[in-house]
Amino acid sequence: MTPFVFLALLQDGLTSGAIYLLLAMGLLIVFSVTRVIFVPQGDLLALATLTVAQLQAGGVPGTLWLLDALALAALLGEIAGGRTTRRTLAAWLIYPAALTAACWFGPRTDPWFAMLLGIAIVTPFGPLAWRFVFRPAADASLLALLILAMALHFVLAGVGMVLFGPDGASVAPLTSATLMAGPLAISGQSLAVVAICAALVGGLRWFFGATLTGKALRATASDRLGARLVGIDAAESGARAFALAAFVAALSGVLIGAVTPIAYDTGFEIGLKGFVAAIIGGLASYPAAAAGAVLVGVLESLGSFWASAWRDVIVFALLIPVLAWLSLRQRAAGEP
Amino acid sequence: MTLLPAYDITLAGYAGLAAIVAIGLTLLTGVSGQTSFGQASFVGIAAYAAALLPDGPSGLLAGLALTGAAAWLLGLITARLSGHFLALCSVAWGISFYALFGTLPLLHGFNGIGGIPPLRLGPLSLAAPAANVALIWLVVGLALLASRNLLTSRTGRAMRTLAGARAMAESMGIDTVRLARAVFVLAALLAAVSGFLFAHFQRFISPTPFSLTASIEYLFMVILGGAAHLGGAVLGAVLVTVLREELTDWVPRLTGATGNYEAMAFSLAVILFLQRAPRGLWPRLARRAARPKPRRAAPAQPARECPIADGVALEIEGLRKHFGGLAANQDVSFSIRTGEIVALIGPNGAGKSTLFDIVSGQLAPTAGTVRLFGRAVVRLPARRIAALGLARTFQHVKLLADESVRDNIALGAHLAGRAGMLRALLRLDRAEEARLLAAAEAAAARVGLDDMLDMKAGALPLGRQRIVEIARALCLAPRLLLLDEPAAGLRLQEKQQLAALLRQLRGEGMAVLLVEHDMGFVMDLADRVVVMDFGQKIAEGAPAVVQADPAVLEAYLGGVA
Repeated sequence: MTPFVFLALLQDGLTSGAIYLLLAMGLLIVFSVTRVIFVPQGDLLALATLTVAQLQAGGVPGTLWLLDALALAALLGEIAGGRTTRRTLAAWLIYPAALTAACWFGPRTDPWFAMLLGIAIVTPFGPLAWRFVFRPAADASLLALLILAMALHFVLAGVGMVLFGPDGASVAPLTSATLMAGPLAISGQSLAVVAICAALVGGLRWFFGATLTGKALRATASDRLGARLVGIDAAESGARAFALAAFVAALSGVLIGAVTPIAYDTGFEIGLKGFVAAIIGGLASYPAAAAGAVLVGVLESLGSFWASAWRDVIVFALLIPVLAWLSLRQRAAGEP
Repeated sequence: MTLLPAYDITLAGYAGLAAIVAIGLTLLTGVSGQTSFGQASFVGIAAYAAALLPDGPSGLLAGLALTGAAAWLLGLITARLSGHFLALCSVAWGISFYALFGTLPLLHGFNGIGGIPPLRLGPLSLAAPAANVALIWLVVGLALLASRNLLTSRTGRAMRTLAGARAMAESMGIDTVRLARAVFVLAALLAAVSGFLFAHFQRFISPTPFSLTASIEYLFMVILGGAAHLGGAVLGAVLVTVLREELTDWVPRLTGATGNYEAMAFSLAVILFLQRAPRGLWPRLARRAARPKPRRAAPAQPARECPIADGVALEIEGLRKHFGGLAANQDVSFSIRTGEIVALIGPNGAGKSTLFDIVSGQLAPTAGTVRLFGRAVVRLPARRIAALGLARTFQHVKLLADESVRDNIALGAHLAGRAGMLRALLRLDRAEEARLLAAAEAAAARVGLDDMLDMKAGALPLGRQRIVEIARALCLAPRLLLLDEPAAGLRLQEKQQLAALLRQLRGEGMAVLLVEHDMGFVMDLADRVVVMDFGQKIAEGAPAVVQADPAVLEAYLGGVA
């Protein structure tokens, strides 16, 4: 392998690593607030890519209709439960109606408009997943929540298949510029991905450190009961955590969809790699998750160069010693 | 069997094959709390072994050996992992093995291997599906029976501690890492048996049934059935197999299309079901009647009858423990003689519980020595210290809330038994098991819990739960007993009973070290009192002396006016 090839692979690895980090952050947020391992995050990523691709091709994506239907169901549920507030009306009536109108009348083939609209369509699926799947079982065991998440993955993958068919799709890149650093071509898209991910990670840090909503989420994460006692609505926190996770998933879908084609079933694997990064971060530490994400991205990129058929085997099999080391270190810190 | 159409017989075969895997997974995930997304890999290893060595016995042996070896190696890692680390690790090997099945030339990739002959049992050919299915369900029955034996044994009790009470288990003398690995291998071997039967039943194999999706489906079965119940595993296996077949049959007819609809419909059903019954189906169906426990004639208590020799039970010298910049223990030294009750007191945060954890092996000190009956025990694992004759209770009660008081107490008798997993599976441990349960009942009688043996430990009030912990500790037949706030939550009369019991134990030569905030209780009972504040020992002596010590008054009351 020449140094140039290595650098090119490293660039690929860093780009996908940045995506995995975004997903890892989404997973960490959802897990710490609700104890749910949000496996279907990757499926939302795929739905976002497919939605944006269809918009850019001039179509009206099925996810929009699905959103309208689910939002209506959520609204009816709130009305039946006598819990209608201005906020629920805004979330489940005005927002979907506005999106539908924007899709119908807006310039949806415009790449940027399509991206924003696609992200706006997919993000509410996070709170909807919370509302219909996890909230009714919020007190179940970790294992039951994990199984629910797995089942939701199959449902969402099926939705992707039904709405978009089995073929992969790509979205237009944010930029097609290329930067030459000596003989090495650095793609503008890679730079944009890394920059956006860095900005978002910084933004999330600010959100959790400085805003009241962010602090409420952190409080729920560290002590559910205590948060409830000081008047933080745990259900509301859960909805917000899922919204954040779905948002980063949708954004990741738009970013990665310009680099590699995404089909309805690719998302799961990408989500798993985000999960790997999150686990390396111990489901708690953001800097460690960042290191893990880059590690996974680079490993995968090098692995695909050496033995492309074995790419995933390499990533996942190498994970086993990493996990062993992590668990040994954890023991060494706590026990003799 | 001939009454059933061939289709139903085949379905019954697949349900049985799944049930064998699910029974293993119930032991692993439901009982021992180790989530595995990789069981289909083990099924696959054995199925391929059966396909490559199609004569039957050698395929079975090779499959079991290969699976056992793979599980043992993975177990070296996974037995230490817990929670999400393990779940993810199993996803990792699930994906890796699946890719291996698809890429190894020997296994013919996705073309698969066909022409596997049906099994023969001596002169009897099992070519007829009905005969094959009968064999499969016979194996299901045997697996159920053996697993039930296991769960009602010493090993089974210990297995239940793996899901979140490992520190407690270690201080009862249980080697949790070894046990977790053994359960892991056992579950893998059950999967291997299923894989062997699968290859000879379907007579053609390809990688698809051994994918991550298949592993997830096994977990669905276990959770739907009721994770901790063996009957639930079989129920879940049948339900999932039948439901999936029915959906594959009906959904395309309803929607007029094939594709992911049946997987979607099936997963939606899983979601709706779990929201209504997160603990699974079995607990809803099974009558919650207490398990009928035959009353055995209790033989005499089999405590390790080594009369406790006079001497020093515990010697602590220069003990120091730092957590980062915080000195939880700072050069603490004192000792306890046999037949002596020493109370360790001090304000909250004085470092008492840290000291307990160091002495019992839960924590390693930064510096200093701890000698138990003359033996240095620093850095020995908790279970070895327990075997030397130390038993303890916990400030935050550590009981298995869903298990009976009897089983909780019997955990303390773990070291008094020897029967391992194999003997338990074959039910060759009954004499010993009766002896352990009798010991538990004797300990319960001693602390006055004999009328609550069949109650769930979690249903008792906190004070009683502390007494259960004491009974469990007594079951270890200890020579040094460490009690962390034993009187908290007890009523006056119960405190008096506890004090009487401790005096009696002292009379038998047992050394007792207790942390307690109830000064009346402490001063009445203790021979000596050690006072700690901010990690340091500030006083030691007879109760009356300590009570008059200015340093102690300073610590408790913030200075004498």
